[in-house]
Amino acid sequence: MPDAGPAPARGLTRPVPLRGLYSRYARRYARLVTMPTTAPAPGSTASAPGLADVTASDSTLRLFLHGLPGVDAVGLEARAAALGTRSIKTTAKAYALDLAISMVDLTTLEGADTPGKVRALGAKAVRPDPADRATPSTAAVCVYPDMVPAAKEAVAGSGVKVASVATAFPAGRASLAVKLADVREAVAAGADEVDMVIDRGAFLAGRYLKVYEEITAVKEACGTDARLKVIFETGELSTYDNIRRASWLGMLAGADFIKTSTGKVAVNATPANTLLMLEAVRDFRAATGVQVGVKPAGGIRTAKDAVKFLVLVNETAGADWLDNHWFRFGASSLLNDLLMQRQKLATGRYSGPDYVTVD
Amino acid sequence: MSERLSVLKTYKLYVGGKFPRSESGRVYEVTTRTSAADAAGKGAWLANAPLASRKDARDAVVAARKAFGGWSGATAYNRGQVLYRVAEMLEGRRAQFAREVAAAEGLPKSRAAEQVDAAIDRWVWYAGWTDKIAQVLGGANPVAGPYFNLSSPEPTGVVAVLAPQESSLLGLVSVVAPVIATGNTAVVVASERSPLPALSLAEVLATSDVPGGVVNLLSGRTAEIAPALAAHQDVNAIDLAGADPALAKELEVAAADNLKRVLRPHPVDDWTATPGLDRMTPFLETKTVWHPTGALGVSGSSY
Repeated sequence: MPDAGPAPARGLTRPVPLRGLYSRYARRYARLVTMPTTAPAPGSTASAPGLADVTASDSTLRLFLHGLPGVDAVGLEARAAALGTRSIKTTAKAYALDLAISMVDLTTLEGADTPGKVRALGAKAVRPDPADRATPSTAAVCVYPDMVPAAKEAVAGSGVKVASVATAFPAGRASLAVKLADVREAVAAGADEVDMVIDRGAFLAGRYLKVYEEITAVKEACGTDARLKVIFETGELSTYDNIRRASWLGMLAGADFIKTSTGKVAVNATPANTLLMLEAVRDFRAATGVQVGVKPAGGIRTAKDAVKFLVLVNETAGADWLDNHWFRFGASSLLNDLLMQRQKLATGRYSGPDYVTVD
Repeated sequence: MSERLSVLKTYKLYVGGKFPRSESGRVYEVTTRTSAADAAGKGAWLANAPLASRKDARDAVVAARKAFGGWSGATAYNRGQVLYRVAEMLEGRRAQFAREVAAAEGLPKSRAAEQVDAAIDRWVWYAGWTDKIAQVLGGANPVAGPYFNLSSPEPTGVVAVLAPQESSLLGLVSVVAPVIATGNTAVVVASERSPLPALSLAEVLATSDVPGGVVNLLSGRTAEIAPALAAHQDVNAIDLAGADPALAKELEVAAADNLKRVLRPHPVDDWTATPGLDRMTPFLETKTVWHPTGALGVSGSSY
């Protein structure tokens, strides 16, 4: 142990402001005691050209992805839990609720979807609370590709976007040609955003370049009009290290958004895996100057949870991401709870499920 | 050998079949109630009861709403069995409840025991009514046409119950049992000064077959919790038995907002009297359906 630093006795006899004492310690020992829990900005010195080489071949890509620092799982979860305890009340809560509503990708991805249901969903996305016109619209509606025309019609004339899942959602088990045809069809039908799934099988088998090339091909098929969201299905990637690798892989391949899950498996968006992805987009922007959005999807059902995610965004990626261009919630039932909380805040009385639409 | 330290009981709320503390972390002191102590303004300390907040009330409503489908969908016969089971469980803990009621209401032991016995009998009485009330209040209506016309009483939904302030156990059972016997689920605010028998009754309910969330018990300031329940948009009815006239008026105004059914408080001198149907009917809604009798053949009927 280095012997420098004030002895406790000195601290007791001479009143030293605690803050000063700790920061002096922190400065001196930071390099020794803090383990990096976030990826170092790989190109921070060499900038973007440094990352260009990374995707040159399968082996360089693997080298890069496996060279990312390991995730401190306990620390990550503790940090996510700690940020979840912030108290957001009154005006801050009102702001957070409206922001969260404006970030919702109102989603219906059922085999039983009908044009009528999609129209109803579109109407709700445009005007979530008909009783209160001050309620913001949601960011988008998210549907299967064949429902895009119905959705487009339903949200026509509003700022609400239409997102379509594609690439053999949710499993992603189809040939590249089929996936690309799926994407082209969605884009041709007018989808503003395309939510693709990565080939988890290839990713877990270590064939990173295949995943990379698939994403770039889909990105190309999206053209310049449609923004691409890349779904990793974090619940199937089994480790936090894999989620970090997938995040970087997706961003290197040109994703406009990285998205946690399809909502079709047991484990969907959690505060911890979203925090990890937020760290990745922050570090990616530091390295390359390119900002990428994040979309947690599935399992976020209450307004309280949504506000916790917003705290994660603000504290990790920063206020630049507190906008529905850069952060979304993939959800359906969440919107009703947000609306009920909003009504509670406006009227002072608890609202009930009879006062929001059933969808 | 050192003297044994007795173990004090932590009284808790009963919400959704679980025993949480108040979300607010608050408690208040519950004291004995004897006339002498009342005169002095202070009784002996009995326990710290949780001081529920409006958020506890909100959570209780969510639990009650969740339980409503299962409980109202259960057969009337089954509900009767469950309510009888409550009486069975209570019978086994008569001594404990007699002690608690005596302390809470300042009654002599024998009077307290009578109250407990009456409360047990009250459960049995309402258990018997579960599958008979539909026959008394509903039935086939005579109509001039080839139709059946049937009326049946249906539970109204989540009912907020402000338990009587004076009768801590018998009064409580007399207002809660009719609400759940008819298939509603209840959020109950126990007597403010003597909540301990009610909180112990929660233990009885939890160990009988009453599904979690069917009865939710809160203790605390009635005037603090009740307005949140009266204004709550997901509560279908409110029983104001434990509200004083000024509070009752305020609550009735708040309850009008979503057209809650309101049962106004009536002074009750003797809770042991046979209650009749008056506490069951306010929380039932009559559904009437028409049903064709089938095609009429040349002989008058195809049956």
